[in-house]
Amino acid sequence: MNHLSDLLLGRLGWDALPFWEMLKDPTTSSIINGIIATGAAAVVILGALIVAGLLTWYGKWKVLWRDWLTSPDHKRIGIMFIVIALVMLLRAIIEAAIMRAQQAFGLGGGFLSPEHFGQLFTTHGTIMIFFMAMPFLTGVINYVMPLQIGTRDLSFPVMNTISLGLTAAGAALVMVSLVLAPFSTGGWSGYPPFTESAANPGAGVDYWIWAVTLSTLSSTMTGINFAVTIYKKRTQGMNLMRMPLFCWVSLCTAILMIFGMPPLTVATALLALDRYLDFHFFTVDLGGNMMNYINLFWAFGHPEVYILILPAFGIYSEVFANFSGKQLYGYTTLVIATMCIAVLSFTVWLHHFFTMGQSAHVNAIFGIATMLIGVPTGVKIYDWMLTMYRGRVRFSIPMVYALGFLILFSIGGLSGIILATPSVDYQVHNSLFLVAHFHNMLIPGLLFGMLAAYNYWFPKAFGFRLEERWGYRAAFSWIIGFMLAFFPLYALGLLGMPRRTVTFFSPAYLPWTLAAGVGALIILFAVFCLLMQLWQSIRMRHENAVPVGDPWDGRSLEWATPSPPPEYNFPVLPEVYSHDPFYEQKSGGKAYQHPEQYVDIEMPANTAMGFITAVTGFLMAFGLTWYMWWLVIGAGVATLIAVIARGYVRNTTRIITAAEVRRTHERWLNEVARTTPITRDHERTTANKGLAVPPEQGAVQ
Amino acid sequence: MSTQPSQHPGLNLGAPHAEAHSANEEFVFGFWVFMMSDLIIFGLLFATYVTMLGGQAGGPGPSDLFEMKSAFIETMLLLVSSFTFGMASLSLKYREDKKWLIIWLLITLVLGLAFIGHELLDFNKMFDKGGVPSRSGFLSAFFALVPLHGLHVTSACIWLLALLGQIAVYGLDTNVKVGLTRLAILWHFLDIVWIGIFSLVYLGGLA
Repeated sequence: MNHLSDLLLGRLGWDALPFWEMLKDPTTSSIINGIIATGAAAVVILGALIVAGLLTWYGKWKVLWRDWLTSPDHKRIGIMFIVIALVMLLRAIIEAAIMRAQQAFGLGGGFLSPEHFGQLFTTHGTIMIFFMAMPFLTGVINYVMPLQIGTRDLSFPVMNTISLGLTAAGAALVMVSLVLAPFSTGGWSGYPPFTESAANPGAGVDYWIWAVTLSTLSSTMTGINFAVTIYKKRTQGMNLMRMPLFCWVSLCTAILMIFGMPPLTVATALLALDRYLDFHFFTVDLGGNMMNYINLFWAFGHPEVYILILPAFGIYSEVFANFSGKQLYGYTTLVIATMCIAVLSFTVWLHHFFTMGQSAHVNAIFGIATMLIGVPTGVKIYDWMLTMYRGRVRFSIPMVYALGFLILFSIGGLSGIILATPSVDYQVHNSLFLVAHFHNMLIPGLLFGMLAAYNYWFPKAFGFRLEERWGYRAAFSWIIGFMLAFFPLYALGLLGMPRRTVTFFSPAYLPWTLAAGVGALIILFAVFCLLMQLWQSIRMRHENAVPVGDPWDGRSLEWATPSPPPEYNFPVLPEVYSHDPFYEQKSGGKAYQHPEQYVDIEMPANTAMGFITAVTGFLMAFGLTWYMWWLVIGAGVATLIAVIARGYVRNTTRIITAAEVRRTHERWLNEVARTTPITRDHERTTANKGLAVPPEQGAVQ
Repeated sequence: MSTQPSQHPGLNLGAPHAEAHSANEEFVFGFWVFMMSDLIIFGLLFATYVTMLGGQAGGPGPSDLFEMKSAFIETMLLLVSSFTFGMASLSLKYREDKKWLIIWLLITLVLGLAFIGHELLDFNKMFDKGGVPSRSGFLSAFFALVPLHGLHVTSACIWLLALLGQIAVYGLDTNVKVGLTRLAILWHFLDIVWIGIFSLVYLGGLA
């Protein structure tokens, strides 16, 4: 019997339950930690039950399956990516707040056990990078880019569903680790030898390895898909130098994904070989060398930084141009700067280990290469400022985020230049100065960008504008909360406080950790505002509806479609003659045309491939984590069968008839004709139905 | 575009057909991009192997474990299989000759399986001499790089079988042709990677 359960459950036992330790050994510390962990696990289970209950109550299972889980539509897949990102964002922010609370009380103690704190900073980092940032930017690009280049879908829609499935499987694995603990304590970067089985034999690191591996496989496929789409599927006349800047950054991001993700796949795979099959890549004995891991990891990790930041640069470029009512200033220089950043990002990885014993010359070269990236980034900052110069700037919510970014990101960039000096790095590496620096880049640089995109393109995706009062509150709380939470960490780092410290004994740190704790509370309030904004928006969706689809007097092709756009995006693929094609159409009175003729449109048919890979991927990773070999083999065989069987499917498309396209399009054109156009002054009122007055009658620039 | 009868070496989609050609163009191009990404993985494993050559920890090294003869046989098996796959592509392109296509594919498959079998025997001999991956960092690096190539060849063989099944069910339809085009890219790519392994791991190790 015992043997059978070993075979079935592997090493999964009662002690994996988050309250086991607390029951077995009830000390004050174990009870506090147990209650926090159990509460988190309860939230996961309750959340899943509530979602399942609501789906049953409203009878939406079939809709979920047909319209979402099996849909190859890039727009729906993009939205699902963003939903994953938002759920994971909530969890990771709560973890951040708990960590800030721990350090606020951390003088000589605090309330968290070191083990628990280790899991918190590992999951926080892992989630924020792989399951918040990556799905968020993937989702935004997935949604917007095909619309902007005037195509109907990505090049490989089925592969797109598989990418989504793999990310979902990884995210689910991280969520399950709350219920069946522990997660890794090795940090988001998982440095050996601490993550080797000799030092860390439990299931935690294995959770981390497989969650991250699922995520990287997903991102590699996504990168291939985006790059091929941009190279091959642009509409007529959309040559590369006419693409909106967001498409340019999508292309560079895709290239970085194609070349930057494999190193991490290699690093985690080799770490897994070390742990599972007793290989010796990164061990301290028998010829292993942990520097191999660190080189591989940062050969991924540094391009990754720019995978995270470039899409936000693209979003800000759209936002600055649109809400300044001007063409983007210095388009060509922005393109060149983006490409420079993409190339340079592969040449600086060594600055992540200046202190690990290479020669001063090597450090100097990588220090200079690192500082060089400041040049194209500076070019971009000036281009954005000059886009606003003499524009008619509207202080919309995306603009608040963009302006906050402009200032805060510059400060972060300056602290980066400081860190890029090897001699300074010797002083402050692995201190909170570093933590302050990268949060200073990633929160204004990535997260503000994503939130700007969320506010900017939400009306396109759902047909109604987001509520503004809570939106402004969220934006300002994010900016203030960020400054209060992270600027003190610069001071703490200079005072010598190491990162990832569960407790400290120097009273000089206390005022700063308290201030950072207050900042975390303001960020929590910002998240509350975001939730309120969404709730209020859904309540007011009829007043704020913008069905015509152009609520911000937009410039690029995505605004030339209804909100939400039909599955096929465009009844007839548009032709492009210049930058800002939709703006040109509106100026020339050529927007909202009746096509000469309608034709049948061939779209990819629904497929369960993505869902199947999500399930089998999750089961395989879960089995690997807990040594349930029957599950690993079973799920592996199922995946193989599914892939082979897919090759035999011949009906991969379905036809949307010309009559149906005509009906949908004419209905929308009638709505356009009925709608009263509004000027930019009224775009934030309920008069905005998504139709802007033509440029020559409205605000001209 | 319609003036070119065939845009892809080894492929003949019948009469010039803009839609099928451009869809195919995307598939093949996408596969090349995937190959580039895969090559990064091999490149990094090559680099890891080179850096870990010194990490033998007193265990057996290249000269104790590698045999030139068997590496040469494996090379020949793979090179000839690339040739036979090329013949298969030619019979698809110029003659649309199903019988010869299948014969060449079957020969390729046998050669691929022979390569894998020979490689497994080789690994077995290494194990007997104490060359197991857990013995040293050097052997770990060897057993990450070379079997990964073998795993690729195995996947390619499974794919080839799946395509033979598709030919049996659907004949030479566009999907099969595009599938064969992509598999050909993979097959020749694995040949190139093997040349790297032969030169760097075996020749380099024994030099």
